[in-house]
Amino acid sequence: MLRMYKGRAATAARTDRGGLLEIQWLWLLLLLTVFLLLPAPVKAYDYPLQNAYAATIIGTPSDLKAELPKKIREKHFKLAPLEGKEIPKLFWYQQAFRYSLAYQKEQAPLIFIIAGTGASYKSPKMQTLKRAFFQAGFHVVCLTSPTIENFIVTASSSGMPGNIQDDAVDLYRVMSRIWGDIQKRVEVSDFFLTGYSLGGAQAAFISKLDEERQLFNFRKVLMINPPLSLYSSVRIFDEMLEENIPGGPDNFSSFFEEVMAKFSEVYKESDWLTFNNDFLYRVYEKNEPTDSNMMALIGIAFRVSAANMIFTADALNNAGYILPKDLKLSSTDSTTDYAKVAFRTSFLDYFDELFFPFFQSREPDLSRQELIERQSLASIEPYLVQAEKIGMFHNADDLILAPGELQYLTRVLGPRAKVYPYGGHCGNIDHRQNVADMIEFFLQ
Amino acid sequence: MGRNRGKLARAANLLALLGVLILSGCATSQPEIPAMRPVSEYVKPEVTYPIDIYDPLEGFNRGMYRFNFYFDKYLFLPVTNTYEAITPDPVEDGVTNFFANIRQLYTLANCLLQLKPECTGDTAGRIIVNTTFGIGGLWDPATTLGIRRHKEDFGQTLGHYGVGNGPYLVLPILGPSNLRDTTGLVADTAAFTLLDPFNFEQNEELGMAYVGLNAVDARHRVEFRYYETGSPFEYELVRLLYTRYRQMEIEK
Repeated sequence: MLRMYKGRAATAARTDRGGLLEIQWLWLLLLLTVFLLLPAPVKAYDYPLQNAYAATIIGTPSDLKAELPKKIREKHFKLAPLEGKEIPKLFWYQQAFRYSLAYQKEQAPLIFIIAGTGASYKSPKMQTLKRAFFQAGFHVVCLTSPTIENFIVTASSSGMPGNIQDDAVDLYRVMSRIWGDIQKRVEVSDFFLTGYSLGGAQAAFISKLDEERQLFNFRKVLMINPPLSLYSSVRIFDEMLEENIPGGPDNFSSFFEEVMAKFSEVYKESDWLTFNNDFLYRVYEKNEPTDSNMMALIGIAFRVSAANMIFTADALNNAGYILPKDLKLSSTDSTTDYAKVAFRTSFLDYFDELFFPFFQSREPDLSRQELIERQSLASIEPYLVQAEKIGMFHNADDLILAPGELQYLTRVLGPRAKVYPYGGHCGNIDHRQNVADMIEFFLQ
Repeated sequence: MGRNRGKLARAANLLALLGVLILSGCATSQPEIPAMRPVSEYVKPEVTYPIDIYDPLEGFNRGMYRFNFYFDKYLFLPVTNTYEAITPDPVEDGVTNFFANIRQLYTLANCLLQLKPECTGDTAGRIIVNTTFGIGGLWDPATTLGIRRHKEDFGQTLGHYGVGNGPYLVLPILGPSNLRDTTGLVADTAAFTLLDPFNFEQNEELGMAYVGLNAVDARHRVEFRYYETGSPFEYELVRLLYTRYRQMEIEK
């Protein structure tokens, strides 16, 4: 654009026989016009945390968050559990699959959002995405991750989460049942789909499934910070915990006390009575924790999610993995000891000791390597290459990708991949720039 | 006599049979096959686990936790949702500010008891500003003026002087607590009732309305929903977080 105007300016200069001064004025005027006509100058990306671990833990400080409505028009609904699914007594409170619908009063596009590992439809990141899309005029359906108890117990056909193809089929079934329930309530012009973290990868598999079944015919699908290979990503998180607790996992207690002491110190002197991103930011600024400390924290958060998922899958399938086979716990029995075992069980332990044998018993020829490869976006590469509707937002410093994986994804997706310089794993998801870009992606 | 003895013998036999049935019932519910990752191997006695909180009444507490879920589901949340639906946001905020201002009385008393001058000054200032300029506490100009808000209760005062947690307790409706904090709660409530600043003794209906609205406002402010954390270990996690959070409040 600039070059074009320069060209015109040059033409003007040649045709003008007046004084040099006039030409200079004209030149200046043109430059000024160019400046005014250009879209607002692209501001440098101002996400403040350049440390990927800190970004992952702290998220976005509130002054840089997108401005979103506090109250929105929404309702919470339930789906009956899958037919023929027996719910063990231990999960007596899981009587229905829960989801939310934020709705417009007039015809509007509908977007499904899939939560990341260990997150429910109500989690903070889901709140951000829901409000952002509602504000932009979408109907929004929020879906709990298939790794969460409520999903595993009421909506998973195998009860063995983590198999991305099966989980995509389960999600698709849930989505079509939801659509059956809500279509009297909302008028929909088009369907869209997104998800963050594991939910992002699942979105791509669902999109592929929909090409065959054609129920939604999604106009656009966005993967936000997806893993390339689920196996590789969980290994990264497992190691963060196992290699960064000083003195090893048996010493977890003293590490925990140290972290609590640091939190308490900041809490004591601060004005805050609540815990939020700003509080965490303050702890970070004050203590300047080492990368290793932060890796341990991220590893712990992931481990808690994994332990919840593994214990649920174990109990639901009566697999005798952590909970002894045929032991029926009542609602007043303690589960604390099982929690301790579950917190000492890594995702990879689960993969090798419960997950792989389970799927091998269904498919005797299945090799371990093949099962690993199925959990990767690379297994649907031909689809990703040609599906123009699919886009991806990622961060150059995202922790869940091993070296070379981001390059692979950007090569496969080409211009449909957008990479931010910072943000760690989903730390910038509610940054105003990211939210604006997401909306733009879908409205384009 | 003989007939009676016969009856007794039959009763004894029946009891014995019942005993056998109960015992065998226990026997069959015992796990036959140990888990692949048994507790006996993975939980080590020499290791300290932060998730272990002194909870000798766990069975009772878990029952109460479950009761609270039902209370929430069938009474507390429906009432709170109705309240939220019919009350305009500014009114909701006014109610929240009003009760927060009253709770500052508890804070003030406990700042004094803990001999914390800064806390006492700030809190007295807040109460005066909010009660006068904030019209009975419906608005919160003290925060706008930057007067720091503190939170103290008698449980914290006891903790401040070295009283330990005591056994963990799940209270009906109110939820997680422990012996120290329950004692504190009783003391705070008793003091409020004795002082009776609104003269509820003469005006029971107003007292009922106060208690009811206070409860609804409290539920309105708390986002937590039972059994929706997505964790099968929710009871343990809530117990841990409550205990740690109180510890931080006491240290503050």
